[in-house]
Amino acid sequence: MAMKLQTVGPGKSPGAAAGSARVHRTRDHSVEIVSDSGEGAQKCGQIFGAVSAKMGNGVWTVEIIPAEVEPPPRSIAGASGIRIRLGDGPVTNWGDETDLVMAFNEQVLLGRHRLNALAPGATILLEDQWATHPDDAVRAQWDAAMEELGEAGYRIIGVPMEEICLTQVENARKGKNMFALGLLTWIFERDVDRVKEQIAHTFRTKPQKVVDKNFALLELGVQWAGENLDFRVEVPTATEVGDLVVMNGNEAIALGAVASGMELAAMYPITPATSVSHHLGEVFERFGGIVHQAEDEIAAAGVAIGASYAGKCAFTITSGPGLALKTEFLGLAVMTETPLVLVDVQRGGPSTGLPTKVEQSDLLAALFGQPGDAPKIVLAPATIEECFHAMITARRLAEIFRTVVIVLSDANLATGVAPFPRPEAREAWQAGPPDQSAVPEQGRPYDWDPRTGLSDRFIPGRPGGMHTVTGLAHDERSKVAYDSASNQRASEMRSRKLAAFQSTLLPPEINGADSGDLLIVGWGSTRGAIEEAVERCRGEGLAVSSLHLTFLSPLEPGLTEIFKRFRKVMTVEINYSDRADAPFVTSENRRRGQLSWLLRATTLVDVDCWTRVLGEPLRPSAIARAIRENLPGGAP
Amino acid sequence: MSGSCSVFHLAQEEDDRHFEMGDYEGPVARWCSGCGDHSVLTAVRRLLADEQLQPENTVFVSGIGCSSRFPHYLSTYGFHGIHGRALPLSTGVKLSRPELRVFVVMGDGDCVSIGAAHWIHAIRYNVDMVALLLDNNIYGLTKKQTSPTTPQGYSTNTQPRGSYLPAMNPLEATLGVTNASFVAQTAEWVPAHLFATLKAAYRHRGFSFVRILQRCPHFTADMYGEAVKNPGMVELLVHDQGIVAPEIDAMFEHKRPHDPSDLDEARALAEDMNQIRLGLFFRDESHPRYEETRSLPHHTAADKIRILEEEFDRYAV
Repeated sequence: MAMKLQTVGPGKSPGAAAGSARVHRTRDHSVEIVSDSGEGAQKCGQIFGAVSAKMGNGVWTVEIIPAEVEPPPRSIAGASGIRIRLGDGPVTNWGDETDLVMAFNEQVLLGRHRLNALAPGATILLEDQWATHPDDAVRAQWDAAMEELGEAGYRIIGVPMEEICLTQVENARKGKNMFALGLLTWIFERDVDRVKEQIAHTFRTKPQKVVDKNFALLELGVQWAGENLDFRVEVPTATEVGDLVVMNGNEAIALGAVASGMELAAMYPITPATSVSHHLGEVFERFGGIVHQAEDEIAAAGVAIGASYAGKCAFTITSGPGLALKTEFLGLAVMTETPLVLVDVQRGGPSTGLPTKVEQSDLLAALFGQPGDAPKIVLAPATIEECFHAMITARRLAEIFRTVVIVLSDANLATGVAPFPRPEAREAWQAGPPDQSAVPEQGRPYDWDPRTGLSDRFIPGRPGGMHTVTGLAHDERSKVAYDSASNQRASEMRSRKLAAFQSTLLPPEINGADSGDLLIVGWGSTRGAIEEAVERCRGEGLAVSSLHLTFLSPLEPGLTEIFKRFRKVMTVEINYSDRADAPFVTSENRRRGQLSWLLRATTLVDVDCWTRVLGEPLRPSAIARAIRENLPGGAP
Repeated sequence: MSGSCSVFHLAQEEDDRHFEMGDYEGPVARWCSGCGDHSVLTAVRRLLADEQLQPENTVFVSGIGCSSRFPHYLSTYGFHGIHGRALPLSTGVKLSRPELRVFVVMGDGDCVSIGAAHWIHAIRYNVDMVALLLDNNIYGLTKKQTSPTTPQGYSTNTQPRGSYLPAMNPLEATLGVTNASFVAQTAEWVPAHLFATLKAAYRHRGFSFVRILQRCPHFTADMYGEAVKNPGMVELLVHDQGIVAPEIDAMFEHKRPHDPSDLDEARALAEDMNQIRLGLFFRDESHPRYEETRSLPHHTAADKIRILEEEFDRYAV
């Protein structure tokens, strides 16, 4: 049965007016704005998200980004947009399905529908100009789409976006997003003045007339919604909104780098990491920092290592393919014990993979990607707030332990936006000036403390410390040493640093009871979704708990003891693993989730895994289903 | 410490120490006897003493290969890196600490082959450092494989019937890159010219590229043939703004006046590979140096906190 489009508009209204609209009260509501690339859906969603956070809602936004800059218009795979999930308390992930959609054409809507992104019964506000488009092909596409969407039971409301926007702008592609923002402003009863403030902030570099035009479009949206819509949505807001900041994970990494006192970022453009350097490019120089865009990924690593060698720890930012290219330089930094922070904003792989989409597939490459033994520290922020603090921690660890620290973020954190408590910046976070004191007589550049492997670094400029660091095997004086004892000892000392560091860590906290039937173990950006799923399942009476690892190398202590208190342990990750029941797959040849490999190897516990590579963040409902299916003995 | 390099070539900080060549000496070099690297090392030590460079503020960066062992045989700071990647490391050193004096030592495989991307871009960055290409036309450390500068037809272990391709011309390539600022060629067997060239390269403010013609005593001993014994076969580029080495004037009868500010003539002279030419092909100090372009005001920790708070304000709810 073809979908019957609900058409509303002046004179055709079912009688809705601001006063008589039905109010849907909910603690949790997700909204998507989807469009062709370049129609500003993301900007609309970002402004809506920021205002919602300011008004006291928990917010998580995630961008829907096609891989091309300008994919063909009205294409199913070209959907560009943003999802905003609102809650009455903190929101830690993108949730399950979308309840309300603003779609600028039916093809991008179809794209989202086919990805099962929309809740059954979702309300859709759809640009309806295509239904009567002069081009037969477009009308045929529209009809086919309505047929397909009709099966799903959505409530689709036609909105003459183009027609209304053309009263203000010559090119409606450049105005619909602010009109849509007006619709959202009315539906969610957002404060119009705050929305305008946010618009003005967003377009602060544009002439005032652009801002005014956007205000006018916003008001048209608010007005149209008030005259035509028969529903509103109320997500209760917290009365006490503390001091919050709202940003995405890449912005948080950039600001964290600034707060850590690092002064040089070397990078080569790569999605989805590049926007870190955009933010840095904007602010870093104000702090006296340099963003060096190198000729390639390898050079970016080399420049950062050279800068660290001569002074303060520097950092480089990349994604999977870049991590691969930097491999040899990472080995050099480990071997010469030169501090380096590397941020890997993970995307789908291998090879070029899914450049704009999330995956957690670089864990083992980060740990073991270098030929030879190259121990380094690997940590993974789980939230946008942690992206900020990870950089400060990483810088300190890199300098104290004279080694490489890899920060594993991902595309979910990179483009997700959420509020978090405004950090109180501390001078202690910043690197001090490079030590330029004279080196004591007989001082050695690798004067390893035999217990910890730690040694003092002789930075150029220190009188009496002259030596040549080298990627060749070397002794305490940094002299090339090919003899067996020197190589064994130097390897031990580089490795010892990780054990020494691990001895300072606390065992991870358990979310839920500290024993039970099933323990879910995660790392990185999946924390919010995992914990939400675990809480749902506990609500159903299942004995499930979770723990989330921040440090992957070295692993946090006490895992074996914790694992023994659960009947089953299973990782949940966004990377590939064979399903246990797939053809030819046995328990011996099964290829597992990356954290699961690692945990099995280190704890000798039979750690199972549930992983997916769908090019999107995990949904709490999917994790909850996996929990029920994997509960030892089955769900009660 | 000022970010500007405008005076550091001429005036160092007060230092009542005096350095002799021996003060820059490291362990005994483990190169083969007869290797050109020894002459370069001697000329470099002489330069360091001549310029009274403070060992603790001087950094030698190298890649991988015979010649890249160079920093180990000095008593300055050194970074013996990985194959082909000396230039990114040295660029990082200068961006972080523009006041350090940086020298880069690369072989032909290192610079012209595996590190070619960095070489091209380093010319364009024009960071103030001296880059030495110790070019013996062969991979020596790995035992006689064809390098990009191996002459066509020259037999090696990887191309025993002779190198298939015409040799790459590093001078021509360098002179073709935007922002080239100092390009010279010298030879390991003419020590006075080698030293004078290093001196001019060090004095140049910008990226000084010096190709040093060398022979490998094991694998390319015959490389420059008669030209080594007969200076008459070598053409010396002379100019009062060029490489000035009066002590060899009498030795080389074959001289060509060349104004090093003339880029077109420099390119024409470099392109012609039938004639060995030593001297300064091109110099232009007007190009901005990357580390100065990128030099930024220094902020105290407290300043940074203040600016950070302003940033948080932008994101504040």
